[in-house]
Amino acid sequence: MKTFDFDVIVIGGGHAGCEAASASARAGATTLLLTHKISTIGMMSCNPAIGGLGKGHLVREIDALDGLMGRIADQAGIQFRLLNRKKGPAVRGPRTQADRALYKTHMQTSIAGIQGLTLLEGDAFDLLVENGEVNGVQTSDGRSIRCRSVVITTGTFLRGLIHIGNEKTPAGRVGEEPSIGLSARFEALGLRLGRLKTGTPARLDGKTIAWDSIGVQEADPELTPFSFMTESITNRQIACGVTRTTEQTHRIIRENIHRSAMYSGEIKGVGPRYCPSIEDKIVRFGDRDGHQIFLEPEGLNDDTVYPNGISTSLPVDVQEAFIRSIPGLEAVVIRQPGYAIEYDFVDPTQLDHRLAVRALPGLFLAGQINGTTGYEEAGAQGLVAGLNAARHATGAEAVRFSRTDSYIGVMIDDLISFGVTEPYRMFTSRAEYRLSLRADNADERLTHLAIELGICGAARREKFERYRSNVDTARELLKSLSITPNEAEHFGLTLNKDGVRRSAYDLLSRPDFELSDAQRIWPELSRLDTAVQAALKIEAGYSVYMDRQAATIADVRRDEARAIPQNFSFEDISGLSNELILKLDRIKPLNMAQAAAIEGMTPAALALLLVHLRKRAESASELKASIQ
Amino acid sequence: MASSDTIFALSSGGLPAGVAVIRMSGAATEHVLRLLCRVVPPERLARLVTVCAADGEELDRGLALFFKGPRSFTGEDCAELQVHGGRAIVAAILEALAAIPGLRPAEAGEFARRAFENGKMDLVEAEGLAELLQAETANQRRLAKYLADGYLSKRYDGWMARLSQARALIEAELDFADEGDIPGSVSDQVWRDVRLLVSEMEAALSDHSAEIIQEGFRVAIAGPPNAGKSSLLNYLARRDVAIVTDIAGTTRDVLSVDLDLNGTKIVLYDTAGLRETDDPVERIGIERAHATIRAADLVLYLSETGERAAQNEIETAEAKSDIIFVRSKAERDSASTSDSFLSISVLTGNGIDSLLKQIEARAARAMGGGDFATPLLIRHRNHVVSACAALIEAIEGPGTPLELRAEFLRSAADELAHLTGRVTPDALLGLIFSQFCVGK
Ligand SMILES: Cc1cc2nc3c(=O)[nH]c(=O)nc-3n(C[C@H](O)[C@H](O)[C@H](O)COP(=O)(O)OP(=O)(O)OC[C@H]3O[C@@H](n4cnc5c(N)ncnc54)[C@H](O)[C@@H]3O)c2cc1C
Repeated sequence: MKTFDFDVIVIGGGHAGCEAASASARAGATTLLLTHKISTIGMMSCNPAIGGLGKGHLVREIDALDGLMGRIADQAGIQFRLLNRKKGPAVRGPRTQADRALYKTHMQTSIAGIQGLTLLEGDAFDLLVENGEVNGVQTSDGRSIRCRSVVITTGTFLRGLIHIGNEKTPAGRVGEEPSIGLSARFEALGLRLGRLKTGTPARLDGKTIAWDSIGVQEADPELTPFSFMTESITNRQIACGVTRTTEQTHRIIRENIHRSAMYSGEIKGVGPRYCPSIEDKIVRFGDRDGHQIFLEPEGLNDDTVYPNGISTSLPVDVQEAFIRSIPGLEAVVIRQPGYAIEYDFVDPTQLDHRLAVRALPGLFLAGQINGTTGYEEAGAQGLVAGLNAARHATGAEAVRFSRTDSYIGVMIDDLISFGVTEPYRMFTSRAEYRLSLRADNADERLTHLAIELGICGAARREKFERYRSNVDTARELLKSLSITPNEAEHFGLTLNKDGVRRSAYDLLSRPDFELSDAQRIWPELSRLDTAVQAALKIEAGYSVYMDRQAATIADVRRDEARAIPQNFSFEDISGLSNELILKLDRIKPLNMAQAAAIEGMTPAALALLLVHLRKRAESASELKASIQ
Repeated sequence: MASSDTIFALSSGGLPAGVAVIRMSGAATEHVLRLLCRVVPPERLARLVTVCAADGEELDRGLALFFKGPRSFTGEDCAELQVHGGRAIVAAILEALAAIPGLRPAEAGEFARRAFENGKMDLVEAEGLAELLQAETANQRRLAKYLADGYLSKRYDGWMARLSQARALIEAELDFADEGDIPGSVSDQVWRDVRLLVSEMEAALSDHSAEIIQEGFRVAIAGPPNAGKSSLLNYLARRDVAIVTDIAGTTRDVLSVDLDLNGTKIVLYDTAGLRETDDPVERIGIERAHATIRAADLVLYLSETGERAAQNEIETAEAKSDIIFVRSKAERDSASTSDSFLSISVLTGNGIDSLLKQIEARAARAMGGGDFATPLLIRHRNHVVSACAALIEAIEGPGTPLELRAEFLRSAADELAHLTGRVTPDALLGLIFSQFCVGK
């Protein structure tokens, strides 16, 4: 009989790894977090900020599922800003600048406090595989640790290669060893790997910046936390500096462009289109009266500054020259040069909705290894992979997130259906049901699921249930209070004179009708909790549009729930065009919704596919019956 | 578009045919029957009805059948209209259906899908589905061929490109609000462009292909006096509608006659001979002739000698290639004429068949293609109408929050996607990244 040391081993203690380990342990699996250095757990490799548009939605969802990132960001945040505050709630994104040291400390404390989670330092070198299933991990110092599922979250470490000018250093991050063994194992398994690149700017000594000569950006006057559990933000809030590149900056970069690793042909990996290095910005967008740079302090007690907007792979002397041509930075001292890093990623179309590798049961991948970029994208995947790895280990059913219920669902479906051609980052425009997938209603969308799955702590559960019952009661009240157009006139409110009574909830759905208007008519409403009122105003405001989408969403969910077996042969379906068969074979959709999203799919082809799926299911159950 | 919509389609084969069968399925079926036929026939019993448009105009008389779900071919409430299989009639009925809110033309295979969902399709029927799919593919190939060199696909693609550009600008403002390089107020320009797009789409919708199907394809017979225009009209109509004499200038009024060319309605107009004249009565006739020629979908230019007249309208028609040059009275001499003239004789009947074929071909082209033209265009039209409506919602109410306006643009794009293929969020992001320097 096999004995296992752990149910789940998570490799890597980055943002994906921390959420994976936490979710796995919360799901009741004995979990090991194996990472290079315990002291780098929760380290922010790049920008000291969490959240933003799309990304902030992911953090809210991680939090709603009782993950770590939201709470840690609230504890480490030093400049909270709600992006798109002036636009509608569906596109508002919470963001904060984070104190890098606080973030790491709080993450490490949280991780250390998790029941059922063991930490171990070491380098995972290989996977142990038996009977076509993962059953453990081997470290480079020769230890074999047995487990039922493995989650790999090694970030940019797979054959990582750092470029500064023409200098090349194998590394996972600056100053850290890369991970070599696992890539070979992936290749042996026949998994398709690709190469991507990302970059980071130089870090500056804040004492050498002329802060008085540049613009500032302050935190919001009112701070919006990420976590449902955070009552208030207690950290002091700081301001960021704002400056711009100059013509001289552009000239220096242009004259030295051939020395950039990006432009000298040294780098083979594909970088993102949206987060270009300063070299890219100059080459592609010319001078354009300068490019904006945010000077972001890395912490309350750290005078290192992260200059957001000038990531680069130019040699150090050029970096210094161009940075010093920027107003405010004339005398700046560079603490660490910027660099570009190339790394292996696994083509995510080889995964399923659990982020499990289809070809090797028990193996899960999450984070940058799947071709994404960003802490939030990594964390959200970590949660899904950790949860499902635990469920795989304990024989529980898979958990699949839907495009219709979360940005998490959108991201995973995008990754596994379409793959990546550049580092994948979340944007709100990727979510077709953006109006219903809001940062403000993440708890309402997902916490009940966390409760059902048993990964929600008691404190959150209690708080959430109280909140939800308050919302339900308040909604009923708003729907029961009503007014006629004539009565409304007394309050200076003009309604269509149709004699129809309108409820407070109906009125709130109008953009021009505020909560204060409702309270004037029905003074009893002012007794309601303000958070509850605000939530209902938003809900009512979008309700008309929600109703319009409801039928389509129901169709998508129905199709998502219809699984297509992995070994299903599309070729045998007579009537499908060859072109479609080829596409189906390549994409190997896991369910009908994924099949329906294939370009060129028609309702007739889908119906045919359904008929054949049923035929197969029927013959399978007949076979079963005949055996019994 | 959702599976809870009520859908309809012409489910019999190509038109024209003796009988055309139009099916519908969905919750609104009874409502539709009541609206169009004034009656919901008892379940499973054919009932003779008069089919009327929403404005009460009688379209046809035919049989209506009603099947209450789940005892129906899709498991939902269903109805079948059996009507006359002329193109114009069927087109009129399909249009009347499309005009009912909540009702839309079915996508290919959608009936089958519903039947499956409701457990109404067994495996034997699935074989039929495979055939249907093959037919659909063949049809699409023909369609693709037709659309590829036709102006339609270019037009749809053009609309989609402009819509995508508008969406990219709006999405940039939503997704990159914190970026210095996104100008905050590109939207004014966007809404101006969207407004232009809407007027173009509306112009296209009022483009008379659908009307041609209903009202008929208008053919003006023009030419110098005594070129044999009235004789041709009479010959084609096989009855005397115009006064045919040998005295030049006899036809003073515009006379018209309806022809049925294999189910396609053609309206032929005889016109006064075009020439300079001092006779005030004749001049009125000639002015009317000019007007008729301008309004026509096709001009048959008749000349005894095979000469062209330098008339404005003729040149315009020629420029649009909406003209066929015909040498009449070919029986009189066999003098060779230029190649671009088609020779006919109403005495011997020579050349008439080929003339009719040409007219029919032109009519089919104007209506949008071969025998699938009618249902095809109705479906296209419906998507364009819905896209237009969504765009108007997006433009209207500057008070509407941007994310809602963006949502309307998205649904407009979803509608057009049925005609052009989908523009993915990633392609949209690509448009943004190619125009703006975003990323910090
Ligand atoms: C230079 C650079 C620039 C970046 N720029 C941006 C940016 O501009 N915008 C943006 O959104 N994101 C950026 N990122 C990305 C962001 O930092 C990552 O996406 C995110 O941290 C990925 O999280 P992860 O958990 O997948 O991996 P990581 O956070 O990288 O964590 C990987 C962890 O795995 C451990 N590990 C690796 N291999 C092994 C092994 N074999 N055995 C044991 N442990 C192992 C490592 O020690 C590390 O703790 C950048 C990252 C880097 C390195």
